[in-house]
Amino acid sequence: MSATAGGVGRIPLVDALRTLRAARRDDDIVITTMGSAREWMRLGDPHPLDIVLVPSAMGHGTSIGLGLALARPDKRIIVCMGDGSLLMNLGSLASIIAAGVRNLVVILFDNGVYEVTGLQPTAGASGARGGRRPVDFSAMASASGFDSVHRCGSTEAWTREVSRLIDSPGPTFIALDIEPVPDGTAPHSPGPAPDRARRLMVALGVR
Amino acid sequence: MTHVVTVPDSTIGRWEGAIEHSGDVRLVRVCREGEAWQVAAGLYLGGATPVVMIQCTGLFESGDALRNALHDWKLPIFSIIGYRSYRDQAKLPGDTCLVFTEPVLEAWKIDYRLVTDPSQLDVIREHFVACREAARPGAAVIAE
Repeated sequence: MSATAGGVGRIPLVDALRTLRAARRDDDIVITTMGSAREWMRLGDPHPLDIVLVPSAMGHGTSIGLGLALARPDKRIIVCMGDGSLLMNLGSLASIIAAGVRNLVVILFDNGVYEVTGLQPTAGASGARGGRRPVDFSAMASASGFDSVHRCGSTEAWTREVSRLIDSPGPTFIALDIEPVPDGTAPHSPGPAPDRARRLMVALGVR
Repeated sequence: MTHVVTVPDSTIGRWEGAIEHSGDVRLVRVCREGEAWQVAAGLYLGGATPVVMIQCTGLFESGDALRNALHDWKLPIFSIIGYRSYRDQAKLPGDTCLVFTEPVLEAWKIDYRLVTDPSQLDVIREHFVACREAARPGAAVIAE
């Protein structure tokens, strides 16, 4: 089912993340990538179940999220990724459905640009498509078989609806229309990745 | 081993039925090989013991994904790689998989064992166990 949660416009990235941070459950695993990782780290101390996917292989937030969802059906996995990243791994939407996971929420931060490289338009954005309509990621998710698909374009609507949307029957896809950050840079690693992997596994009680 | 994350080829794809009927190993189908490494990364972080099963052509496609999982995050993911044209060079004469497969494995610092005959199947198990015990990545390369 596809639904518009409300709002027409664009949400500042930091507002969208602050709202998610307030709404996440303590046992949610939250994966952030690229611009969302940069801003997530600025919002406060890391949660033991945060995965700041830096360094990454761009586009694979959904794939790591799928693996975690399969391994940990007792946890909800929330993946935050940009439209440029999702365009690199569109097949992952089909893989998620084929795997049959219910505990995965993909939140798309759709700003239409490669923010960290200087705001070049993605191939899915109107500006790179001769004025054609931008790619409709919600429609893609819906066609891929996501049970709950939502789109939101205002801070007020996202703040009001966030808990209802991420609690929707999964797998869930939420597209947020996001304002690009003009000077958004690539995120710095918050520390050696192998150490963070070990800490996550300890927090999850594995290995 | 708990999960096999795979994109099939004409040889290893025929193992799917046996995997699905094994009862204790789950098959995870993905759309492209780069996904396989990162799904396996998530599985490993969640406490599972995944194996990636792809053809060498998919190995070529998935370099950045495996680099990130195996070397940035140092996740000890084992893989089974189908080695196209190693045994049958008539179907695709001049197939450059023969030129690139082993150098690419070496470039990505993947400790692999080449299996060219069914009599060597124990090599796969022994290498898998050794890599798991040492918590390092490895691969069994299956001649096709």
